[in-house]
Amino acid sequence: MELFNGGRASLKNVPELLAGEFRARVIDACNGEGRLVNLFGDRLDDGSVRLYAVIGFDEEASLEVFSTRLPADSPRYESLAKDLVQAHAFEREIAEQWAVVPDGHPWPKPLRYHSNYRGAADIWPDISRQVIPGVYPFYAVGGDEVHEVGVGPVHAGIIEPGHFRFQCHGEEILHLEIQLGYQHRGIEPMLRGVDVQRGAFLSEAIAGDTALGHSTAFCEVVESLAGCVIPPRAQAIRAVALELERLANHTGDLGAMGMDTGFLPTSAYFGRMRGDYLNFLLALTGNRFGKGLCRPGGVVFDIEPAMADDFCRKLKQCRREFEDVSELLFSRPSVLARFEGVGVLSMDDAKKFGVVGPAARASHLERDVRINYASGMWQFHHIPLSVSATGDVHARALVKKQEALRSLDFLLKVLPTLPKGGIFVPPGPMQPGMLALSLVEGWRGEIMHAGITDDRGVFTRYKVKDPSFHNWHALALAMRGGEISDFPLCNKSFNLSYCGHDL
Amino acid sequence: MLMMVFDVCSHGLLVLVLAPLFVGVIARVKARFAGRTGPSLLQPFFDLRRLFFKNSVYSRTTTWVFRAAPLVVFAAMLALSLLVPLGISRAPAAFTGDILWLAAMLGLARFFMITAALDTGFSMEGMGASREAFFACLGELALFMNFITLALLAHGFSLSGMIGVDAPLSWEHAGPALLLVAASLFIVLLAENCRIPVDDPDTHLELTMIHEVMILEHSGIDLAYMLYGAAVKLLLFAAILVPLVIPFRTGYPPVDMGIFLGGVTGMAVLVGVVESVMARLRLNRVRNFLLIAFVLAFFAFIVGLWRM
Repeated sequence: MELFNGGRASLKNVPELLAGEFRARVIDACNGEGRLVNLFGDRLDDGSVRLYAVIGFDEEASLEVFSTRLPADSPRYESLAKDLVQAHAFEREIAEQWAVVPDGHPWPKPLRYHSNYRGAADIWPDISRQVIPGVYPFYAVGGDEVHEVGVGPVHAGIIEPGHFRFQCHGEEILHLEIQLGYQHRGIEPMLRGVDVQRGAFLSEAIAGDTALGHSTAFCEVVESLAGCVIPPRAQAIRAVALELERLANHTGDLGAMGMDTGFLPTSAYFGRMRGDYLNFLLALTGNRFGKGLCRPGGVVFDIEPAMADDFCRKLKQCRREFEDVSELLFSRPSVLARFEGVGVLSMDDAKKFGVVGPAARASHLERDVRINYASGMWQFHHIPLSVSATGDVHARALVKKQEALRSLDFLLKVLPTLPKGGIFVPPGPMQPGMLALSLVEGWRGEIMHAGITDDRGVFTRYKVKDPSFHNWHALALAMRGGEISDFPLCNKSFNLSYCGHDL
Repeated sequence: MLMMVFDVCSHGLLVLVLAPLFVGVIARVKARFAGRTGPSLLQPFFDLRRLFFKNSVYSRTTTWVFRAAPLVVFAAMLALSLLVPLGISRAPAAFTGDILWLAAMLGLARFFMITAALDTGFSMEGMGASREAFFACLGELALFMNFITLALLAHGFSLSGMIGVDAPLSWEHAGPALLLVAASLFIVLLAENCRIPVDDPDTHLELTMIHEVMILEHSGIDLAYMLYGAAVKLLLFAAILVPLVIPFRTGYPPVDMGIFLGGVTGMAVLVGVVESVMARLRLNRVRNFLLIAFVLAFFAFIVGLWRM
């Protein structure tokens, strides 16, 4: 069945296909115009597992949802990943969460190393008792001249934990395998049956640097299930906050990329400017990451006219500074020599792996939730799509710069003309037996939340998908044939979330 | 005899004091470019003091090589420093053919640094060691091509003769050759001491490091010796370059000393400026950069021959 962004449907109306039919339909749709936005499992009362597929048709702004049911005693199905690469991480996740066997999966390793939610025999015995990354083998390349480099989970810098296993020939990377899971906290089980106020709080902790993106998505799911339409002013304030979050992170990324090439001036200037954007959020919400702003039913803090004027004045100054400093970064031959041609992600690969966000746009894929699945404020104020064609570090840097400028323009346009009215309406109880979807373009890309309510109207299943879930594999792919010393720079150009992936 | 002991001691003391200061000046210049005040010029001393009072941690994989390396590196650099004149005409231990001793000390330090890195059995230290060995091959080639040219101009095989009191005179009849030598030596200075654009001394990215990754497993007092050794090496390269590019002497030791110290400070500022205005090269371009140093040195040699 067809849904729009922020739409809901009764669970009874979601079509339930036979496993073979389900598989064929997903593959057909994704070979055509669609792409796999989400694929997740849920346990039914009789112990069987219901798989939901969400296919996005970017051109039509529609999301197609259908499902299949796998029996309780031996849930297995023919792997989609055999014929559809973008499904591979989803299938690993399903196998790990629900002890389902995807027959013929090319690389059936656990993603996060936790025990399954069904309490059934796992396909990986003793998984929860293993010390991650466990005993499961890494892909290895043979030969006397090949050497293996393992990095992490503890790194020399202060970053999140993840293990990177390189197969190298000299300085050239033949293969990179990324093993995450060290940050697994069990967000999805925590959101089961949760009180919505606490849920909003938890959603801000899914990925600390995307607190606004995830909390917006969570609130939209709850509002959709409760049938609540929030006031336009609240929608505008959410959009303003989301763009400020994007600005802070894109600016920080550009600075960090300068730092990784050893070009210090821009890293210092951009680092300070990132602080400016965080201070806007601090002024608005009392928290530098905008926590506590979005709650189901609207937003908690209003932008007073005096504050809007103040923001506009400061943002104009920020825009001038941003232009100057990015000119400094993008005009240095020594910086461009590091950016250009490094970590190339081809458009074909990006499409095959279902890459989203700035990384996809840098490979010339026109994917932006704010445009393709416009909701809320984006229906009234269109942001131009920022794309680049080369798919390398330079393209990703350029897309981030362009998006930051367009976010600034958006803010300067919206802040003086915020819609009048209230900022909050009580959302009321959620409807029982429903499924709701919400897509938000976070600064890393498409955030997708899906909520399913039971017959009492509380969440029986809550699915979170951070853009990093798609993009980590793109990073591994972009590094193939590259130099190992370029990895940190390439990694920074994607700047993916570990905790967003690990949930 | 007593005089010589005094010479050696005062020379050594000067090296030990100037080396961390040199690093401090670079850090300050970089901070200024980044719009920050920067740490105190004495910060490298504070860091070293902190490390000298700490114990080292050793991996069970390592052997005596790993433990010996910091001291060997530090001692080799101190021994090397006795051959380099610091603002005076003659180094305390100068002798004919001492540039070969210089080569031996550089090689010894590098050998122990590389074997200690391999000794840890850590894949990234191994990568750093392989990069160091490769770039050193190219860097040393350029360095010795320059020494050959200087020996030719100075008619002697002692470093003190090449860059000591007579060096300023060479500018009159061999200016172009000296210019090329100075440019080439500056590139070698940046490469040998792992500065931008060859290596980034401030990076925290273990996959891109050259020198820093090789000392990643050293800690406490061992790390202090490694860092001190690296600082001394940087100072000595600057001390070799500075007399070449300041083509005059007054003959009064205090004034000459002042000029020398000014020159060394200027060199530290120059290194800091270079590090601030450009990004690091991609690792596979570093060899081209070092080959430029060799080509410059080679042409200096040709020009030097022609001027003879």
